[in-house]
Amino acid sequence: MATAPATAAPGTLDAKIPAGPIQQRWESYKFDAKLVNPANKRRYEIIVVGTGLAGASAAATLAELGYNVSVFTFHDSPRRAHSIAAQGGINAAKNYRGDGDSIYRLFYDTVKGGDFRARESNVYRLAEVSVDIIDQCVAQGVPFAREYGGLLDNRSFGGAQVSRTFYARGQTGQQLLLGAYQALARQIGLGTVKLYNRIELVDVVLVDGRCAGIVVRDLTTGEIRSHAAHAVVLATGGYSNAFYLSTNAMACNATAIWRAHRRGAYLANPCYTQIHPTCIPQSDEFQSKLTLMSESLRNDGRIWVPRDADDGRPPDKVPEQDRDYYLERRYPSFGNLAPRDIASRAAKVECDRGKGVGPLKNGVYLDFSEAIGRLGQSVIEERYGNLFEMYERITGENPYASPMRIYPAPHYTMGGLWVDYELMTTIPGLYAAGEANFSDHGANRLGASALMQGLADGYFVLPYTIGNYLAPQLGTKPVPTDHPAFVAAEAEAKARFDGFLAVKGTRSVDWFHRELGRIMWEYCGMERTREGLEKALGEIPALYDEFRKDLRVLGSGDTVNQSLEKAGRVEDFFELNMLMCRDALERNESCGGHFRAEYQTEDGEARRDDENFAHVAAWEWSGDPLTANLHVEPLEFDYVHLATRSYK
Amino acid sequence: MSTTLHLKLRIWRQDGPSAAGHFEDIDAPGIKDDMSFLEMLDIVNERLNADGREPITFDHDCREGICGTCSLMINGQAHGPQRRTATCQLHMRHFHDGQTVIIEPWRAAAFPVVRDLMVDRSAFDRIVEAGGFITAPSGGAPDANLILVPKPVADAAMDAAECIGCGACVAACPNGAANLFTAAKVAHLNLLPQGQPERYARVEAMVETMEEHFGSCTNHGECEQACPKSISIDVIALMNADYVRSKLKNRRKLARVHT
Repeated sequence: MATAPATAAPGTLDAKIPAGPIQQRWESYKFDAKLVNPANKRRYEIIVVGTGLAGASAAATLAELGYNVSVFTFHDSPRRAHSIAAQGGINAAKNYRGDGDSIYRLFYDTVKGGDFRARESNVYRLAEVSVDIIDQCVAQGVPFAREYGGLLDNRSFGGAQVSRTFYARGQTGQQLLLGAYQALARQIGLGTVKLYNRIELVDVVLVDGRCAGIVVRDLTTGEIRSHAAHAVVLATGGYSNAFYLSTNAMACNATAIWRAHRRGAYLANPCYTQIHPTCIPQSDEFQSKLTLMSESLRNDGRIWVPRDADDGRPPDKVPEQDRDYYLERRYPSFGNLAPRDIASRAAKVECDRGKGVGPLKNGVYLDFSEAIGRLGQSVIEERYGNLFEMYERITGENPYASPMRIYPAPHYTMGGLWVDYELMTTIPGLYAAGEANFSDHGANRLGASALMQGLADGYFVLPYTIGNYLAPQLGTKPVPTDHPAFVAAEAEAKARFDGFLAVKGTRSVDWFHRELGRIMWEYCGMERTREGLEKALGEIPALYDEFRKDLRVLGSGDTVNQSLEKAGRVEDFFELNMLMCRDALERNESCGGHFRAEYQTEDGEARRDDENFAHVAAWEWSGDPLTANLHVEPLEFDYVHLATRSYK
Repeated sequence: MSTTLHLKLRIWRQDGPSAAGHFEDIDAPGIKDDMSFLEMLDIVNERLNADGREPITFDHDCREGICGTCSLMINGQAHGPQRRTATCQLHMRHFHDGQTVIIEPWRAAAFPVVRDLMVDRSAFDRIVEAGGFITAPSGGAPDANLILVPKPVADAAMDAAECIGCGACVAACPNGAANLFTAAKVAHLNLLPQGQPERYARVEAMVETMEEHFGSCTNHGECEQACPKSISIDVIALMNADYVRSKLKNRRKLARVHT
C-alpha cells in the first residue's frame, strides 16, 4: 500500500504550534495548511465516532465540504448524545453587552480558569472561533434567548466578570445539539453521510503506524465488523462515569478513548476531573445517577449553611445573622460566581465541618428568596423554570418556597486523549474532538465553555486541520478490512465479549461499577492524598481481579444485551481509573480540579507548583496502566502571566 | 419521609423483533417511593440477575428528562401518570402499595420492538433528514445580531423546539400518527426568520415522509396530553396551514420573486 510519510512519528510530543504572535497563529496555520481541492474531497473516507456537539458538527461540516463521512453512535439516534443535557449556556467573545469583553479576555479567563494548565495557542484559537459559533448556530435556527428588540440576550457565568454567555432557556445544550444534529441529518438525507446507529466502537486499528479504521460491535445483533477510512475522529465525550455516580448519562463511557490509548494514543492529564458544585445531593444507595442543576442558578441564588452545625431549624426559620454565606464571605469579588473547583471544594469543607443540610447532611442551601423578593417570582420562573420543576420532580420539594439543597458531583473531565494543535492524537490519522481530548480547559473548565469547545472543534477546527493530513494521501485507498490487522482486532474483540459471557460468576456488572466508583470517589474525588491514592491503586486491581473471576452476564451475545455492553465499558473504566490514580499521585501539586490535600495554603486554597508541574502529563500504554510511561509536554505561558489564581 | 411499596409488575418480554412477546409477572417488594421509575427497574434487574434470570431490556440514558431515550407505556399511559414528565423523571411516590403496574413498550407500527421494552424510532430521523433543518453550511453565516428575532417569535419557536423526540405522542395516538413530533419541528423552523427561505419545501418534504411511516391525525389530542414537554397541538394547525400553502404555491416562481 502506498502511503505518504506520517506527519508526526508516535512518541514525540510535538504540539505543532505555529510560530508568530498568538493572535496570528490560527490565521497563518490556515494559510500554510495543505488543501484538498473540492473535486478530490469525495475520494476520501472519514469516520466520525460519536454524535454529540463535536461529532455531529464535525461530521456535518466535513460532509458539506465534500468528504465521504461515516458517523457512528451507540444511541438509537444521533440526537440522544449527552451534549443534549447541558443546561446553562455557551460562551462567546461577542461583547454584545459592551462590558469590556474581547477575544483576548475570553482567552485570558479560560487560561486562568484552567489554573494555568492549558495550552495557550489552543485556547486563543478557541476564543477566536467562539464568535463564529454563535453566528453559525443562529443561522441554523437555534432559538437563543432574545431581548424585546430582537437582539440576542446574555447572562453571566462562574469565573467571569462579563456577560458573555448565550443561552436557550435552561436547555442550551439541547438546542445546540439539535442544530448540529439537523445539519448532520441534512447530509444523511443527501447521502453524503452514512449513519450507523446502535453501533459501538470496540477497537481502533493501525496499519503501518497510521490509523486505518475501527472495529465496531452492533448492539442489536452482536455482530463485530470493521470499517476503514483515511482518517478517524473520536468525539466520544468524557469519562466522569468512572466514578459510577456522576451527572453523565448512563451510557457515557471511556471505551473509545481507552481502546485508542491501548493502541498507542497518549492519554493526557487523566486526573483533571471536574466536580460540579450544583447537583442534587444523593438521597439513597439505589441512586443511579446525580442530577445537575445549572450553574447559571448561581447568578440569582445565594449559597449558605447555618453558622451552627447543630442548627436543626428549617431554612426559613434561620435568621440572617445565623447563616454563613461562605462563598460571599471568602471570595467577595466573585462571591457565588466563584469558579467550579473553588465552589465545590468550599461546599465540601462546610459539609465536612458538619454544617451540611438535609436528611443526610450532605448538601448546602442555594437560596432564591432574596432574588424572588427583588425580581418577582415570574422573572425567576422565566430564567430557571424548567430547572425548578426538575428539582421538584426529583426531591418532591418546592424550591420557590424553600431553598434548594445542592452538593458537588463528578461532571466533566478535562483530561483526555493528547492532541496537537491540529487535534491529532499521537496516532497519525486519529483525531480527538470535544470532551474526548484534553487541550483547552487545563485543570478546570469554566462554565459554558464545554459547548463552545465541542462546536469549535467540530465546525471550525477539524474541517481545516484534517485536510492538511489528507492532502498528501491523494490517490490512496483505505486499507481493505480483510487486512490481517483488522481480522486480528475483530477476533480479539469477539473473544473479549465471549469472555464476559463465559465467566458465569455471581456479581452483576452494575455491582462492580458501583464498587469501583466508591473507591474512586473516596480516594480520587474532590480531595486526594498520597496515602489515599496508594490505597486506591491497591484496591482497584484487586476488584478488577474479582471482576474477571466473578462477573455474571446472562443471556447471549447475538441479541441486545445491555449487561454485556456495559461489561466492556466497566472493564475499560477499571484500567482508566488505575491510570487516573497514578496521574493524580504523580502530580505533586494542587491545581484546578486536582486538589492534593498535602499541597494547600494555610487558608485551604490550592498550592500550585509551576516550577515542577507546568506541564501536560501524557501517558503511553505499556501493557498495564500501573506501568504506563510518562511523557511530558512543557507548557509555556508567553501571554498570560502565571499567577496565583485569586477570586477574592 | 420515605415509605416502601410492594408492587406487582406485569412486564412485556420479547426476545427479538420477530419473536412472539408475552407478559411476565414479577413481584417487586421493597421499592422506596424516593426512587425514580427507572431506578425501580434497575433494582428489579439486579434481582433477576441474582436469580439467574435475564434482565429486562429498556431504553434509557440521561435520566434528566432531556435526551428522549426512555419510553414505556405505564398502565396504558405513555411515560406514566404524571403530566409533563418523562419516565426517567417519574418517581415511585406516584404509585401506591400493592398496586399492579403494567409496563409495555411503545405500541406503534412505525416503532417495531427491538427487544422487551426497547423499540426502533428511526422513522423520526427520516422525517428530520427530509427537511427538518435550515440549510446553513458552516462558515458562511452573517453576524448573529444582524438577524433580529422578536422575542415572542423566539419564545414560540423555543416552545416547539423543546421536543425531545421520545415518541410518546405516537404511542399515545390511536392512529399511531407522528403529527405532533413533525409539527413541532416545522413550527420551530417555520416561525423563525432564518427558516423562511425553505419554509414550504420543508413542510412538504417532512409531511410526506411522515406519511410514509406513520398513521394519520384525526385530532384526538392524546399526543399533547402525553407529551413530556407539553408541546401544544396548535403546532399541528400551523403545519397543516403551511402544508396546504406549499401545495398552492408555485415554488419555482416563488424562488424568483423571493416571497
